[in-house]
Amino acid sequence: MIPAADAIRFGTGRSRLAGTVIVFRDIVSRPVGAIGLFLVVFHLLLAVAASFITPYDVALQNADRILQAPSWAHPMGTDSLGRDVFSRTITGGRISIVITLVSAVIAALWGGLTGVSLGLVGGRIDEWCMRLVDAFLAIPGLLFLLLIVSFTGGGVYALIPTLAFFNGISVIRIGRGAAQGVAVKDYITAARVRGHGSRFIVFQEMMPNLQDILLVEWAMRWSWMMLAFSSLSFLGFGATPPTPDWGLMISDSREFLTVAPWAGVWPAIFLSTLIIGINLFADALGKALRVNPQQGVI
Amino acid sequence: MDRLIHLDDLSVGARTGGAAPIQVLRGITLDVRPNEVLGLVGESGSGKSTVALSMMGYLDQGLELLGGDAIFDDTSMFDITRTELEALRGGEICLVPQNAGQSLTPTMTIGRQIEESLMLHTDLPPADRKTAVTDLLAQVRLSSPGQIRDRHPHELSGGQQQRCAIAMALAGRPRVLLLDEPTTGLDVTTQVHILELLKDLCRQHGVAMVFVSHDLGAVARISDRVAVLYAGELVELGTSLEILKKPSHPYTRGLLSSIPKIDGARIPQALPGYPPKLSAARSACAFAPRCAHRQEICLGEPPPLNETADGRMVRCHFDSGNFPQGGLQGQTGRFAADDKNERLLELRNLAISYHRPGLFRRITGQGDKRRTLTVDNVNLVLHKGETIAVVGESGSGKSTILRSIVGLVPPCKGTMRMENGESLDRATDVRSLQCKKDIQMIFQNPDSSLNPRKTIAEILTAPLQLYFDMDRATALDRAAGLLESVRLTRDYLGRTPDQLSGGEKQRVGIARAFAAEPDLALCDEVTSALDVSVQAAVLELLSKLQRENGVAYLFVSHDLATVRAVADRVLVLYQGRICEIGPVEAVYKPAFHPYTEALMEAVLEPDPDAQSHVEISDIVETAPPGAGCPFQLRCQRKVGKICDDTTPPAQTVNGHTIFCHIDRDRLSLLQG
Amino acid sequence: MLKVLLRRLVMAVFTLVFVAIVVFGVTEALPGDACTAYLGKLAQGERLSRCQSGLGLDKSSAERFFDWSGRALQGDFGDSLKRKRPISDIIAPRFRNTVILGTSAALIGIPLAIILGVIAGVYRERFSDHVVSGIALLAMTIPEFVIATVLIFLFAISLKWFPAVTILPTEASVAEILPNIILPMITLAFVMTAHILRITRASVIDTMSSEFVKMATLKGVPFRRILFRHMLPSALLPTINIVALTMAWLLSGVVVIEKVFNYPGLGTLIIQSIFDRDLPLVQAIALMFAVMYIAVNLIADFLVILLNPRLRTRVSAEGG
Repeated sequence: MIPAADAIRFGTGRSRLAGTVIVFRDIVSRPVGAIGLFLVVFHLLLAVAASFITPYDVALQNADRILQAPSWAHPMGTDSLGRDVFSRTITGGRISIVITLVSAVIAALWGGLTGVSLGLVGGRIDEWCMRLVDAFLAIPGLLFLLLIVSFTGGGVYALIPTLAFFNGISVIRIGRGAAQGVAVKDYITAARVRGHGSRFIVFQEMMPNLQDILLVEWAMRWSWMMLAFSSLSFLGFGATPPTPDWGLMISDSREFLTVAPWAGVWPAIFLSTLIIGINLFADALGKALRVNPQQGVI
Repeated sequence: MDRLIHLDDLSVGARTGGAAPIQVLRGITLDVRPNEVLGLVGESGSGKSTVALSMMGYLDQGLELLGGDAIFDDTSMFDITRTELEALRGGEICLVPQNAGQSLTPTMTIGRQIEESLMLHTDLPPADRKTAVTDLLAQVRLSSPGQIRDRHPHELSGGQQQRCAIAMALAGRPRVLLLDEPTTGLDVTTQVHILELLKDLCRQHGVAMVFVSHDLGAVARISDRVAVLYAGELVELGTSLEILKKPSHPYTRGLLSSIPKIDGARIPQALPGYPPKLSAARSACAFAPRCAHRQEICLGEPPPLNETADGRMVRCHFDSGNFPQGGLQGQTGRFAADDKNERLLELRNLAISYHRPGLFRRITGQGDKRRTLTVDNVNLVLHKGETIAVVGESGSGKSTILRSIVGLVPPCKGTMRMENGESLDRATDVRSLQCKKDIQMIFQNPDSSLNPRKTIAEILTAPLQLYFDMDRATALDRAAGLLESVRLTRDYLGRTPDQLSGGEKQRVGIARAFAAEPDLALCDEVTSALDVSVQAAVLELLSKLQRENGVAYLFVSHDLATVRAVADRVLVLYQGRICEIGPVEAVYKPAFHPYTEALMEAVLEPDPDAQSHVEISDIVETAPPGAGCPFQLRCQRKVGKICDDTTPPAQTVNGHTIFCHIDRDRLSLLQG
Repeated sequence: MLKVLLRRLVMAVFTLVFVAIVVFGVTEALPGDACTAYLGKLAQGERLSRCQSGLGLDKSSAERFFDWSGRALQGDFGDSLKRKRPISDIIAPRFRNTVILGTSAALIGIPLAIILGVIAGVYRERFSDHVVSGIALLAMTIPEFVIATVLIFLFAISLKWFPAVTILPTEASVAEILPNIILPMITLAFVMTAHILRITRASVIDTMSSEFVKMATLKGVPFRRILFRHMLPSALLPTINIVALTMAWLLSGVVVIEKVFNYPGLGTLIIQSIFDRDLPLVQAIALMFAVMYIAVNLIADFLVILLNPRLRTRVSAEGG
């Protein structure tokens, strides 16, 4: 008999944990990956811990301290309403991160599962669904976000299903292509011929080969959504004042660009570093998992 | 001695991080003489292509010159300017690539690509280039060269693409032609045509050739001298007569005896083990781990390249006289024939089509007339413990039959049934588990047949748990046993497929099939993706398992020599129609079906004396003709109109059937 | 080949119909109707019913859809609720302005992207690649409105080369628009270049490692000739479709950029009309954006079919 310890080892092979460690090491070993991971983790931690660090209430207005330059009291200065830019900047990612992260997960899941199923089903159904997907891509996504936000009255959280839906459409193509690539492999034929059920084939044989692609796709989607959300906020359709939000802060500060650039510069730096971080991380993740991320956006 | 190319202690490798570089070539010293054909033989990873390309001063990305030099006509190829290099490449020294289909630029017509060579390397005025291209295409025996000239590569068949690549190489009027596996991947009949063409060209133009191949048969057919490479080292060099008739190095001998012979009904002697990894330092003979004559000294120090009394070079510590000559020592692949009368599987009037007519045609009943049948009228009875080989070129429908038996492609006519009454006409999903267990499949490509994300343990326990409902511990124990039965140790359980070599993967694939304890194993070209020295071991393993388990094989292959070693009966298929079927002894003796005859002649034996004279054309048919004999278009013995419009009758003697209009006695007479 | 072209054309029409249905359907599905949305708290009594009958809201959805789409085909989108003018008259000059902005950005961005992408691909992992790819990454990840703001700060406020925001009548002539267009165009071209550059670079790297480029090298073809005759046709063809998709995706970016520069295009108009809750106008503009998207993709499809020998000569590649 094989000892139990061996059974565990053989059963899961390079165990999930060990696999994760290997991928993690690979990401960190690349300068690009290390920077990306650092930026992402930094922003996530900051979003969680912001309320404990902020020296001022983010909504506290102070008419005496309007548009003050950075000082010891206000390390990033104050904005046109006398609010502390530092406090608002470190809190300003919260809402966008929460919304985009949730939406990206939903998008990757629904798009991935739909795409994989289409790739497996094939035939007419697949063909027509893909035409539908192509047609959906012709719908200007950002405009739809604008419509939904301004007319449903559901506030920013109404963005989650919309963002997830439209991004999921793009994920369908990726998932389908990947599934088609795997479905023609002999090991899938072998499993079918052997008589395994479709659930075994999809979840045991195919998914392990697809999850990496979807993971990378999720990271790319997240970065795209951060861009889209901040654009919405900037246009005045995202976070509502006085909620601190980077896009909104940049928009508000534009009027005073020449007199008080700090009110816009800091949120812009924070927003950009997060999106750059996600992109670098996604790149390194793709390389570590040997997935070739789609170079295009759609 | 006059020499055209001189490799001087050439070492090539890849630098990886800080440590010592990985060596792909180690101190190769080799000459190419004017007008000779030098064969470079080796298995995958031996560095044979790297040797050939370095003669052009080219190294693949990631590789670099670690030492030595390649000298062409007094010019060091690694020490000249880019302009000089560009003038030589494609001019004096030309390459015919392995995969012409991928090596021709897809966006340019054939004509323009050849014209480009003429423009760069000859002083032909532009006005004459067009006719020169047509001449070149005619020289490589392409019919209607005028049309081919205006085609793009994707519009041509594999054989035509290869010919175009040769024409392009000739355009530079080379003194040396480097041929990098020029016939690999082509059908056997096409392969022989290309070899004949190359031989003639060599004679006509007086060019020297370097012929790189893993296939000793092809090398034997064309080379004057042969160099054998193993793990980046030259292990033997001599005239092709010497090397192929009286190999000296244990590796050469092992390689030669591991090739199946068409006149030997035995499984060839397998070389044990696998080629070494190309690690940095080498402190022993690279071949020692696989060598039957290994001594203390072989593990202690790497042997030098010695010149023997008869003038050849051998890298071995021992003179060839010191150990017995190798030969065919393998046992017969078939086991005692007495208990093979119990039927197992019967195919009756089987017809398969991939094309399903549209709904409208199905309703109006027009469907049957329109569709072409990939496989038609196949009748076959397979007995328990028997091996039937299905032979044919690519597109002959041989794999389709296997796919149909396992239920992946439904038959559109005829019946398939197992002897226990189970009908196989139904798709896989609706068959009983027992039925699925009884028939297992072994795949051609070991890279694709094992899930890269699973451990060997997971791969092997899946069928055990599915069919026998074993608990994990029992299944693992059994999996370890299965590994041992395919001669792998149980510590393979924890590995993933990417940690295994091709041969090892194929063994795991076989073990997975045998986990089900099947009655019938379908083998789809199981050896063709493997190195020659590993193929024999897999064949031997299959035959061992058959002896132990009494399993029947349906063995699909394109190689008549391999088939001869393992089959009890042989079925020759052309365009999905049976040409000939019978016991192996009868099929390999006249009378042959004309197609079998052509295939027999196309088999390349590693014998420099052998002559081939293929008479059938190498055109590629995409669909069988509507009426008459399926082989009518290419048949070298076609008798007339009857072949075009009447389906040939079956002529049977002693269980050997030939479908041909020519009387079998007359065929016998013609085929001598 | 003609058959393929026709099929693409049919697909484009199908897509357009589908988008029309979705655009119409979504506005239908929103709570309330165009009039309640527009009038807000005033939506009651006679005012509401007058507005509703004006839009034909008493008819069924299907009826109104066919009515709407039928008239849209003739270029008639009805009247704007807020501006009380025919929508087509409002849209037409703005559509022109947006097309001018997009085309001029594409004319600069696409050639630049291809040149830089090829350079980065050919000199992969070398200094020039790192510089080009690094800038491209920044351009892709930094939001358009940040880039635009930086450009305004630099060129309009500090250097005073260009006007910071456009103060122009919508119907201004092309000559009047030109100086105003430069900064928005640079911003759009910058972002567009980044995306297309990355695609080109990846494709070039892919082709560089192909067998036929190796073969051409070993045929003694000089590098420049390999690049232009052998490599680029194969490397650039597959990028055309992705480029089209990317360009179309950048239409969303146009909205943001127009807003930042207050450029009188469709983007500023749609934002304004959403603020005004002018649903008929919003529908019409959304449809126009879809038309632009479909047109760009159709052009790309046609280009690919015309340039690709594999599609041009559909002689059974699988048979041979």
